[in-house]
Amino acid sequence: MNDRLLGRAAFLGILGAGAAGIVWGRNVADIVGRLVPDQIAEILPTKGWRIYTIRGIPRIDPAVFRLRVDGLVERPLSLSLENLRELPRAEQVSDFHCVTGWSVENVHWAGIRFDDLLAEAGPQPEARWLQFFSEEVPYVDTLSLEQALVPDAMLALDMDGKPLTKPHGFPTRVVMPRMYGYKGVKWVNRIHIRRDFVPGYWETHGYDSDAWIGKSNFGFIKGQE
Amino acid sequence: MPAERGNQFGPAPKFVRRFGRTQRALHWVHATAFFALLGTGLVLWLPTLSTWVGRRPLVKDVHLWTAIAWAVAIVLIIIFGDRQGLRADWREVERIDADDRRWLVGRRAPQGRFNAGQKLNVIVTTAFALLFAVSGVFLWLAARESRFRWDGPIVVHDALTLLSVLLVLGHLYLALVHPTTRHALRGMTLGDVREDWARTHHSKWIEESERRTGV
Repeated sequence: MNDRLLGRAAFLGILGAGAAGIVWGRNVADIVGRLVPDQIAEILPTKGWRIYTIRGIPRIDPAVFRLRVDGLVERPLSLSLENLRELPRAEQVSDFHCVTGWSVENVHWAGIRFDDLLAEAGPQPEARWLQFFSEEVPYVDTLSLEQALVPDAMLALDMDGKPLTKPHGFPTRVVMPRMYGYKGVKWVNRIHIRRDFVPGYWETHGYDSDAWIGKSNFGFIKGQE
Repeated sequence: MPAERGNQFGPAPKFVRRFGRTQRALHWVHATAFFALLGTGLVLWLPTLSTWVGRRPLVKDVHLWTAIAWAVAIVLIIIFGDRQGLRADWREVERIDADDRRWLVGRRAPQGRFNAGQKLNVIVTTAFALLFAVSGVFLWLAARESRFRWDGPIVVHDALTLLSVLLVLGHLYLALVHPTTRHALRGMTLGDVREDWARTHHSKWIEESERRTGV
């Protein structure tokens, strides 16, 4: 081969591979996800998922885990994993959108609708907000009562037919497909029912509280709706 | 060529011109922007750093405006700089001859003004810069418009980051630490290198320029 073509081929080859990656990058991630063992796949950016934590994945002993539901409720709850599994079970398939730009389509979730959970606790008339605390302190986030009661919001226990894995929030996490992923608090151990709004973790770092997909967090240019 | 006096150790060393002002300006603009973008990019990417630094919107702004400043500066240097010199450099870089191929598989072979490793470094760095820019534009669009939101650009941007860090670590080692190569740094700062060093490491370059000038 012509000496000069060799360098040019290398240059164009890299550009071509990069362009293909920009168009089909997700498929490559899927293939990698199928090739590597599950334990590794869970923390690598495979299957389209990226695991973001602020302090690292917390260790939770399922035997002693309790989900507390407290605040403005008639009957504060302290639910073991078993108790949670006994509550009415809901299932859904929904897309997951991260505010940093990636998405995972058709995630199968199973868990508890918030109205079923709240029916157990009995919210008081002035209850307006659900504040979710994570085992990963100090991660918190808040949904309004109306937001939590949309038909596809839930407190998930299972993902894709299996109990949640640790990176995805075992044993319980919030699923709110209509909002960006940072609203979906993982490793939830307490739901505090409140009258007043309290900003979530990323919201104190500049993100929007109402994180509707496609209608919020135009972070690059400030002040733009 | 800076005049350096001889001393008791011998005559003043001779220097040869390796990089013009355009090449050096391109190199340092790219290097400065690379580290600014890497720093802000890592803060945006790694949760631990995000928490430590906070102020995510500000970091995003710095990342974006650094990228814009980088692109504008590169284009301006190319437009107003020594375009002929750059074209000649690129032609040289693209030519991977038989000596280069021998050198790349670890055998001794005389090298030109760029050795084969440097040629590949220029090729890879240029291609990566273009891909960084294109995938970055898609990421910027994705943050504002959901129909641009798919995984490809982010996968490529991340992969480029990882590969570039490896590349730059090797580059820094050769430019700052490795005894036989670190003299090359002088070529990228002052523009010239010692002739005896060039004769050892880039013999084809020196021989060719001697042939041309009739020395």
